[in-house]
This record gives sequence, structure tokens and C-alpha cells, in this order.
Amino acid sequence: MGSRQPLAVPLLDPVNSSPGVWHAMVAVLRRDLRLSVRQKQDLLNPLLFFVMVVALFPLGVSPESSFLGEAGAGILWVGALLATMLSLDHLFRFDFEDGTLEQIALQPQPLFLLVLSKILAHWLVTGLPLVILTPLLGLMLYLDGNSVAVLCLTLLIGTPVLSLIGSVGAALTVGLRAGGVLLSLLVIPLYIPVLIFGTGTVMAAGSGADVSGHLALMAAMLVLALVLAPLAAAAALKISLSAS
Amino acid sequence: MAFESFSALVYMEGHGPYVWTCYGAFFLLLGLLAWYSVFERRQVVRAQRDQQPLQTSRQGDSSDWGRSGEASFQRIQSSHSETASKS
Amino acid sequence: MWQFFHKLGSPKWFYGIAGRFMPWLLGAGLLLSLCGIVWGLLFAPQDYLQGNSYRIIFIHVPTAFLAQSVYMMIAVAGVITLVWKMKVADVFVRSVAPVGVVLTLLALFTGAVWGKPTWGAYWVWDARLTSMLILLFLYLGIIGLGYAYSDEKTAARSVAVLAIVGVVNIPIIKYSVDWWNTLHQPATFRITEKPTMPAEMWVPLLLVVLGTYLLFGWIAFYRMQTEILRRERRTRWVRELVQTGGQSQLKTGGA
Repeated sequence: MGSRQPLAVPLLDPVNSSPGVWHAMVAVLRRDLRLSVRQKQDLLNPLLFFVMVVALFPLGVSPESSFLGEAGAGILWVGALLATMLSLDHLFRFDFEDGTLEQIALQPQPLFLLVLSKILAHWLVTGLPLVILTPLLGLMLYLDGNSVAVLCLTLLIGTPVLSLIGSVGAALTVGLRAGGVLLSLLVIPLYIPVLIFGTGTVMAAGSGADVSGHLALMAAMLVLALVLAPLAAAAALKISLSAS
Repeated sequence: MAFESFSALVYMEGHGPYVWTCYGAFFLLLGLLAWYSVFERRQVVRAQRDQQPLQTSRQGDSSDWGRSGEASFQRIQSSHSETASKS
Repeated sequence: MWQFFHKLGSPKWFYGIAGRFMPWLLGAGLLLSLCGIVWGLLFAPQDYLQGNSYRIIFIHVPTAFLAQSVYMMIAVAGVITLVWKMKVADVFVRSVAPVGVVLTLLALFTGAVWGKPTWGAYWVWDARLTSMLILLFLYLGIIGLGYAYSDEKTAARSVAVLAIVGVVNIPIIKYSVDWWNTLHQPATFRITEKPTMPAEMWVPLLLVVLGTYLLFGWIAFYRMQTEILRRERRTRWVRELVQTGGQSQLKTGGA
């Protein structure tokens, strides 16, 4: 893994001269981003996985444009979901193993806000690249321009939800050596609504319906996850930390 | 009675197999669950019973167990457990 | 009231009180559900639309009902575990989760078999069947997480968090699955809602539902007692119980 970047200055300050919450959040975010950029493998693996899963469908099912045009949105959504899930295990694991997470939990700032910036960093390095890659893959699956645009929009709203919900599962399994399989078992049922609304929106757009209502629903899910998931993840992290 | 004869009850106008499979699965699975729960209970009790003399002797001096004049019994047990742990 | 609540935190007290309730639960539960089942199978009139296959309802609905409410109970127990750190609540979650799996499996199986004569296919991506499938995954997650931790306290609190997260999600899952179902499937697949179910049909159904709830109470208490014996095996009262109590004490829990 190479040497881990030490925490930037503010987090290790004593309590009384502690920096503001915002400052700490930015510090955590910057540190996580810098770490991901230095470990290019972590950055690339989900993307490669995404492309390969999507490439398997024409090979495995049918290369006909009629099939792919209809199923393309679902394929891309499932691929993005799986790729996000694959990267979840790394969200807290390294920090847990080298003790950084314990330090973060000891900070005077509320843990759930710091967890929120870790999740944001995770989304920036996995979810966002997936969204950026989607138009290219969408064209390869014969999706029309309008569908691709709506698909990107749903993924833009949906992948942060995936990261947020997944953080709870990752926090619950971080103390386990073989947490990967269990993590997918915990997270998949919670992902189903996001998947349904994501693909449903694209299909509605494909049939010419107005999708602003669908997008509003997805945004509502994002807001709900944004409020609740960091709290649950922080509680789960505290449990995992107290066990080790 | 909704059926004229026993065979009509079994056949149920062609729906018999479906209905009886469901009821069979219902009783089978619930029965298995009850049986397994009883089995688990027996196992826990048996393991506890087998282990109890050993634990008694190990904690004999320090814990509140065995204050009631079972000293000689315990001593024998503890030497026994020592040899057992060595081998 | 509060005294009762505090007592509930004591596994020993719970072990005794459960043993006092269990014979009644078992007896009344068996009586009610068997009466309901016999009534439903033999005496209830035939449904004019579905013929005799509707008789599956007398076990399908109770198991589905119970499977869902057991998950709710687990979530409530999870809150109790996190807030009051009550041991008995966690014992409940541990003992009852496998029961929930069995009930969900039964609801799925009976639903699928019922689907064959009604819809013409064993599995239809019907909204209710799909939600039950997701419920099964939620249960399996709870059991898997519980077994993954060797430390009981950590396992208890992790499972509690997971159960609460799951319960927050259940309405969303239900809503989304309903929405998805209406999007993909024409409404012809809906179970024909009988607006006026005759009393000869819903009374036996109600009996079976009540009976299975009572039977669930019995099996939950029984399994909880086993779990308490396992966890408290180093305490004095369990040792005395095992040594002096004899079989009857351990079987029915001091009834």
C-alpha cells in the first residue's frame, strides 16, 4: 500500500485550539483525494470493472441494436451499481487498519460530518468517473441522445446515494477480515430502490414522458440518504472501533 | 363441508397438488424449525452438563461456586483436570 | 411499569417468566391455527374466481404477515439494544431471525405455488413477491452480520444498526417496487381483490393469523431461553438449573 499520508495539520490539534468543523471536513476530503490519486489502481479498478461488465452483455446476450437500445439503461445502471459496490470495501478499510480512523473518531468535530467528507471523496473518485464514462458506453449500446442525457442525470443523482448507503455497510463490516461478500449481502437490498428509480426514469424518458417528477423523487432519495446515512455510518464505525 | 367425498377433497378440482404442496411445506418447515430448536436446546444443556464439573473445579477457590463443603470433591476434580490439560 | 421494564433486562427473570407463558402460547396457538386451517380447508366455500386454489391463502397470508412484523419487531429490539443496552432484546434478535427466514421462505413458496394455477407461472415479478424476496435478503444480511462477529456485544450493536437502517428502507423499497411493478406489468396480474370476502373465509383466516402469532411467541420464547442458557452458562443460576433442575425445568423453563 506504500506509506500512508499523515493527516493534515488541523486534525491532530489539541481540543481547545481545534479548528472549525468546515476546516476539518475539507482536510479529510483533501487527504482522501490525495491518497486516491496516489494509488491509481484503486481509482482505475471500478472503472475497468464497469466497462468490462457492460461489454459482457452484448457478448453474452445479444448484439442486436433493438435489444441493447431497450436494455442499455438497465445494463449501465447495474454495472455502475456493481462497480460502486466493489469499491466500497476500501472506503474505511485502510484507515481502519492503520489507526487513522480511530484518530478521526477522536476529533472534537462530530464524526458523521467527517464521515460525510470521506463519502464525498469516495464518490468523487468512483461515482463521478462512472458518470463521465457513461455517454461513451451509452453510444456503444445504441442509446439515443436523449436517453443518454437522462441516464447521465440519473447516475449523477444516483451514484452519490449508492456511496452514501454503501458507507453504512462498509462501516458495519470494516472490522471483519472477510467483509466483502457480507458487504454485498447487506447493501444490495438497500440499493434496489435506487436502481428501480434510476432505470425507470430513463425508460420513461425513452417513451417520451416528462421525467422531472422522477428526477425529483431521486433527488428526494439523495437528500434523505445525505441526512441519514452519515449518522448511521458514524454509529456503525463507533461500534466497529470499540470492538477492535 | 365444501366437499362431497374424501377424493374430492384430495383432488380439489385439479388444484389439489398446489394446495397440498403448500400445506405440506408449511407443516414440514415449521416442524423442522421446532425440531431444530429442541435439538439446539438439548445440545446446549448437554454441553453445559458435560463441562460443568471441569468449570466448577477451575473456579472452585475464587468464585462463589462451591462454598458448600464440596472441597474434597473439588480437589480430586482439579488434579484430574490438570492431568487432562497436560496430556 | 418501569420496574417491569428493568426486570425485563434480567435474563434470569425473563427465563422464568417465559417459561410460565410458553405452555399457554403453545396450546392456544396450536388450537387456533389448527381450527382455522381445518375450517379453511374443509368447510370454507369455494372462491368463484380462483376455485379451490385460493385455500392456500390460509397459510400464505399468515406467514407473509408474520414475516413482515417479525422484521419490525427485530428493528424495535435493535433500538432497545442501542438505547438501553438490554441483553434480552439482543437475545430476541438472535433467536428470532432464523424464524423470520423460515416464514419468509414459506410465504415465497406458497405464493409461487399459488401463482401457478392463478397466473399460469410459478414466479411472476409481482410487487408483493418481489418485496418478500428483498425481505429475505434483509433477513439473511442480519443473520450473516450476526455470525460474522465473534464478540457478542459488537454483533448485537452492529445488527441493531443494520436492522434500523433496513426498517427505514422498507417503506421506500415497498413503494419503489409497487411503482416499478405498475411500470412493467399490466394490472392483469393483480390478485383479484375480493371487495367483500364472506365471513366463512375471513374468520378462519383470522384464526390462523392469530394462531401463528401465538405460535411465533412460543417458538421465540423457547429459542430465547436456549440462547440465554448458552450466554449465561457461566452464571450461578444456570449452573444450578443444569445440575438440579432436571429435564422438565430445562424443557419448559420452570413451568
